[in-house]
Amino acid sequence: MTITSEPDTHTSGQPSDRLDAAALLSMLGEMLLIRRFEERCAQSYQQAKIGGFCHLYIGQEAVAVGSISALRDDDPIITAYRDHGHALARGMDPRLAMAEMFGKVTGCSKGKGGSMHLFDKEHHMYGGHAIVGGQCPLGVGIAFGIQYQQEDKVCVCYLGDGALNQGAFHEAMNLAAIWKLPILFVVENNQYSMGTHIARGTSMADDLSVKAGAYGMRYAECDGMGVLKVYDCFAKAAEQTRAGEGPCLINVETYRFKGHSMSDPQKYRTKEEVAEFEEHDCIQRLRRRLLDRHLATEEQILDLDEKAKKLALEAVKFAEESPATPVEEMFTDVYSQPFEPYRRGEAAEGFRE
Amino acid sequence: MTRKIQFREALNEAMCEEMERDERVFLMGEEVAYYNGAYKVSQGMLERFGARRVVDTPISETGFAGLGVGAAMYGLRPIIEFMSWSFCLVAADQIINNAPKMLYMSGGQFKVPIVFRGNNGAGGQLGSTHSWAVEAMFASVPGLKMAIPSTPRDGKGLLKTAIRDDDPVFFLESERMLGFGARGDADFSRYLHDDRWAPPAAEEDKEFLIPFGQADIKKEGADCTIVALGRPVHFALEAAEQLEKEGIDCEVIDPRTIRPLDIDTIVRSVRKTNYCVVVDQSWPFASIASEIAAQVYEQALDDLDNKIIRVNNDDVPAPYARNLEQEMLPNAKKIIEAVRAVTYRA
Repeated sequence: MTITSEPDTHTSGQPSDRLDAAALLSMLGEMLLIRRFEERCAQSYQQAKIGGFCHLYIGQEAVAVGSISALRDDDPIITAYRDHGHALARGMDPRLAMAEMFGKVTGCSKGKGGSMHLFDKEHHMYGGHAIVGGQCPLGVGIAFGIQYQQEDKVCVCYLGDGALNQGAFHEAMNLAAIWKLPILFVVENNQYSMGTHIARGTSMADDLSVKAGAYGMRYAECDGMGVLKVYDCFAKAAEQTRAGEGPCLINVETYRFKGHSMSDPQKYRTKEEVAEFEEHDCIQRLRRRLLDRHLATEEQILDLDEKAKKLALEAVKFAEESPATPVEEMFTDVYSQPFEPYRRGEAAEGFRE
Repeated sequence: MTRKIQFREALNEAMCEEMERDERVFLMGEEVAYYNGAYKVSQGMLERFGARRVVDTPISETGFAGLGVGAAMYGLRPIIEFMSWSFCLVAADQIINNAPKMLYMSGGQFKVPIVFRGNNGAGGQLGSTHSWAVEAMFASVPGLKMAIPSTPRDGKGLLKTAIRDDDPVFFLESERMLGFGARGDADFSRYLHDDRWAPPAAEEDKEFLIPFGQADIKKEGADCTIVALGRPVHFALEAAEQLEKEGIDCEVIDPRTIRPLDIDTIVRSVRKTNYCVVVDQSWPFASIASEIAAQVYEQALDDLDNKIIRVNNDDVPAPYARNLEQEMLPNAKKIIEAVRAVTYRA
């Protein structure tokens, strides 16, 4: 792991040089929104208002925000189950995301998807996908669609380091490589697939470039605790892919500050290790940069944080006050073109009435 | 005069017509392009449509099946060919987790208009790994549709419908039937003569679509209903010819699609004949035959004069030996015995 606490001071000649104070503040605001949103998720989960599995993005905010900031608004993205951050960074209304987790009809998927399956077609977010690695072939399909229709877009497919060992990932890499598809595979390398450290489960864990090399694919890596480092890496990679240079595997070294899911006692790592990474918090890093360079005042940043807290709280309020998804809704969206007779599953006709 | 057409040619016609009609439709799979199809279903399509739309893949079912789902989410209309449905098992997450549930999990945002098609069931001494009949296993998954044609006519009409459908369609063909029609009338039952066998050519009717959920009565009869899909329809018709000589007039119903299932036509037939045999090339436990039998019992119990008999594959992995494989399948002999038994003429 090469995460350093170095301030982002050596960025001359980087794409992020062109970001003005407003753009940087906007990125900080997005990271803060994700952080505050996730804190409310944790709270709501503990209050049993959110059920099922819930995977928090706290610690990794710079990855979604830095990468998505470097893309165009209509570049499609697809990700795994730790998907709240991507959805928010992509522009999903936090109220819809929270309502989804509360299982309400106002949720982005009317309460049929849940935390791990957030979708937002309007913002070109092709879902959270909960079977590890299963989204990789889907991402390749989106990239195939871009190439088929000769569009000037790049698909970004996020995966965790645990997905590196799934067959679906490797098949997707091969297809993307042989057809030079416009896709960036992003390993959000937080070192742990649930409780298994990458070194225990993944060959060549200390040099993931070989995974790309095996497919003759471009490779890039960046410090995922620095949002501008991520931005620069993605701006360059996306530009190359858009220019027809094919896919790229990007290893983003990051760290999740919380457990794998909400029920993780974290026996597999020390408190000291977590504390060390928390020292490199992406939010604090960008905050320091803004202050050090006099690009923002402490007051402005506090305002941003207040705004983020307010949005997160409003999301909870909206979700709480939203009506439950009516039972009738259970039978919609099964088919685009439904048919009759359709057996809904009653034990006897009219059983539910 | 009936058109002389092989099953594989009818499937080819369906794909070509739909690709002419809709630029978003493409065919992808192993050996579909330069090899002209492992079973020559896609003969000539590369030449006609080019490598952009007729795409050879490496042997990578998870990869290209999932690619199809992603491309469908993005707005294309993929036809994904499995050389055999037996090979789809390695892609199970993509075809039964991703394809049929995407619309639901996204609250209606992302539809998946995709066709997965290929050979299903025993091919001829291929052994257990290559002889899967997947219909029972997959038909229980909500969100997908499933068609199992038994004639070139149904094959073409149903495949065109499948390609135009906005939901994922599992389209089950049979290697043993692809060459049916090559020798003309000798290949099929006399009940399928005249216009029952061949679909119209494109010049006659570009809109020859057979709607899903409409069973076809392959042979009318008064004494006993036989329900069968796909290749077993031919076993059932063979059995019906034999039984006719014994004075048992069977009605052979081919539902053609399982999801949706036209149970009404089946029940109407049972109400007329009062006896029912269901033929199915999947294993007996929790099979298509089980489901059809259960639904007939639910709707027509009082009309049945005997229990329903199910004729399935025997409950063993498909054996290699020719005699054993023949014995394992739901052949005409078993159907004849079942009809005699159910009509109290055993």
